[in-house]
Amino acid sequence: MDTILSIRNIVKVYPNGVVANKGISFDIEKNTIHALVGENGAGKTTLMKILFGIEKPQEGKIIYKGKEVHFKSPLDAIHNGIGMVHQHLMLAPDLTVAENLTLGIEPRKWKVFLDTKKAVDIAKRVSEEFGMEVPLEKRVRDLPIGIRQRVEILKALLRNAELLILDEPTAVLTPQETEVLFKTLFDLKKHGKTIIFISHKLKEVKAIADRVTVIRDGKVIATEDAGSLTEHEIAELMVGREIRFERIPPSPKVGAPLLKVKNIRYRNKENVEVLKGVSFEVRSGEILGVAGVEGNGQTELVEILTGLRKADEGSIVINGEEVIGKTPREIREKGVSHIPEDRMKNGVAENAKIKENLIVDRYYKNPFSKGMFVDWKFITKYSAKLMKDFNVLATSPDALVSSLSGGNIQKVVVARELSMNPSVIIADQPVRGIDVGSEELVHRLLNEARDKGSAIFLVSADLDEVLELSSRIIVIYNGEIVARFDDVEGLTGKDLGPYMLGVKREA
Amino acid sequence: MNPLLKSIFSANFVFATLRVTTPILFPAIGVAITSLSGSVNIALEGIMLVSAFTGVVVSAFTGSLWLALIFGILAGVGMAALLGYFHLNLKADIIIAAIALNMFASGITVFLTYIFAHDKGTTSSLKSLVFPSVKIPIIDKIPVIGRMFSGLNILTYVALISVIVFYYLIYKTPLGLRIRAVGQNPDAAESVGVDVKKVKMYSLLLSGFFGALGGLYLSMGYVSWFSRDMTAGRGFIAIAAASIGGNLPLGTFFGSLLFGIVNTLAIFLATLKVPSELIQMIPYVTTVLVLAVYAIQKSVRSGGEE
Ligand SMILES: Nc1ncnc2c1ncn2[C@@H]1O[C@H](COP(=O)(O)OP(=O)(O)OP(=O)(O)O)[C@@H](O)[C@H]1O
Ligand SMILES: [Mg+2]
Repeated sequence: MDTILSIRNIVKVYPNGVVANKGISFDIEKNTIHALVGENGAGKTTLMKILFGIEKPQEGKIIYKGKEVHFKSPLDAIHNGIGMVHQHLMLAPDLTVAENLTLGIEPRKWKVFLDTKKAVDIAKRVSEEFGMEVPLEKRVRDLPIGIRQRVEILKALLRNAELLILDEPTAVLTPQETEVLFKTLFDLKKHGKTIIFISHKLKEVKAIADRVTVIRDGKVIATEDAGSLTEHEIAELMVGREIRFERIPPSPKVGAPLLKVKNIRYRNKENVEVLKGVSFEVRSGEILGVAGVEGNGQTELVEILTGLRKADEGSIVINGEEVIGKTPREIREKGVSHIPEDRMKNGVAENAKIKENLIVDRYYKNPFSKGMFVDWKFITKYSAKLMKDFNVLATSPDALVSSLSGGNIQKVVVARELSMNPSVIIADQPVRGIDVGSEELVHRLLNEARDKGSAIFLVSADLDEVLELSSRIIVIYNGEIVARFDDVEGLTGKDLGPYMLGVKREA
Repeated sequence: MNPLLKSIFSANFVFATLRVTTPILFPAIGVAITSLSGSVNIALEGIMLVSAFTGVVVSAFTGSLWLALIFGILAGVGMAALLGYFHLNLKADIIIAAIALNMFASGITVFLTYIFAHDKGTTSSLKSLVFPSVKIPIIDKIPVIGRMFSGLNILTYVALISVIVFYYLIYKTPLGLRIRAVGQNPDAAESVGVDVKKVKMYSLLLSGFFGALGGLYLSMGYVSWFSRDMTAGRGFIAIAAASIGGNLPLGTFFGSLLFGIVNTLAIFLATLKVPSELIQMIPYVTTVLVLAVYAIQKSVRSGGEE
């Protein structure tokens, strides 16, 4: 096999002094799927940005197809046949798929005008060549995330990418979409492409990668054939200590219902009935898990529970009080915390400091404010402690959230939400983009909250997570609860699948 | 019929509305283009002032309408380039840079008016040329229609054509596509090698171009002199007009037309025995009302989401 890319001794120091890559070296063979794994903040995205010409390393060499290269910009990398699908997608929402695909290399009519027909033709040609169907003339805004990602991959292929970098492509996909993506990646490999694949889900790494490189704290720990390592071994290489995956014991005592939801109905703007009379209760000391394929009303339900959206009908009683019609702040004051599914949209203010994000819901209370003034000294100390407890990797509480790695941003959100002593926790994809070590931590913290008497409502696209954490499980399909499992002992994904897909329902 | 109503429902009213709309439509197109590229350009007020002044002075001293046109446009585009330089190269906040340019424009034009015309208020002592009115061949002969749409200043027709140019520019050219892409997601544009800074600069220069035409029309079509702060807030009303129209070509046109109608109404109402201060308030009050209604409607439509 030929080596397509050799990374030699790459060192990257960010202007704020963070050393994200501490001398990274490994080789990537042509026509393989090479997985890159490591904890949050290990330096994976940084390394990929260097390969793609976005960041410049202080030291080290990149040898691509036998020649040393120095990319000054993404354009350089693109010209050399490298494509990248970023952790946060890069598409213009109001442009059509064909327009997004040909942006920057637009075909022209008479030199000055766009040749829209030709753009569609070109786009169609690549999409057919690689067997990836996309609605070329639809606006990106109207497409589900799985399709958008396909557009991103096509964008790279259209520019003749031979080496494709995918930074956590599956973090936002449903299991079904992930399967489709994997089929695509296998096809691309057949076409002779080389793929670098980053993921925190080791099961996925095992499923598609030929080789794995593990990095920890900016250094390469191992590069091995994927087949020669077990998930567990990879996880331990990543974290550098032993980790235990064990089923969480059921809660010691289950108390009174803290969250009572009755007959919630909701129609969206397109007048589609998204929730058709949903009712359930979550009691103190238990975790109620929601299983379901994404897009069956979970998002809307969570937003209604937290006051971000108004239900058309129904009642929500929290701690014995009706909260329909109350504002998100009023609902929070009742002790409801919310880990939102999209951290960038509803979780953090990117351009604010970590400490500002951590106290944004409580700054007006004692001891964060004394009289009219905010006590920043106290807040800094408080934030530093939270960051330690929740394993947030950053230079200081004053660092901007935008300078954190994806998983560490998620941890900031989790830290804020779990530190408010919530009586009800609405957790929507709480470990999205978090590495296995921190996943264990967040799960443990959710459990501790449960044992202290919180009622937890857990939504996750990851069925294993739902099965592992929940005391009880409900399955949602097409806006209705189609099954309820009060006993989760021995339950597996196979038992839930038919309900999630709507082929079976409880009478 | 009441004489006032009669005059409002007359051919004259349409004719006047088109005249009044012109100096709003030009800058509104400019604002819309920059907004599509993701920047807010509030410097149209200053751009128009500088162009209006330059046109008058150049035409008075050279006697050439063409030179006046060219220098007027250069002045406006130059102002926009300055704004782009402050914002894109020196990384200044675009709003603050624009405010500075507006104040600069207001001051320098008064100063130079004094130098050239020895008057701090107007250049009426200079003999400025004006852009000609044109009769549209066939339309001119049609009874009522002719009086509405023919015989307007050439720049008014240019303004109407500019709406179409704007449409083609934005939807049918690579630059337009890039402008929209940059406005919607600059990182996306950057990631495929589009030079975001350059695209933003181009859109600012285009806004300077259209703003300049608006300014030239004011001083060399609407009237035939320059007077201090003669833009009277049109550069700001243009922002409202463009945003009501969603920064889209037809929308921007109708937004501008709306303000044109209101302003014309104010002029027609001036014949009534109502304090003129009240009447002069109408366009501004309308702006506030329209923007309020627009904002409320928008938040209702999005159903309280986001
Ligand atoms: N623009 C930046 N400025 C300063 N520091 C940064 C910047 N981007 C990343 N870092 C820091 O560099 C380190 C590595 O970050 P990187 O994004 O490469 O991690 P990652 O391995 O991709 O993690 P994740 O799995 O969470 O996405 C982190 O400590 C992060 O805080
Ligand atoms: Mg990352």
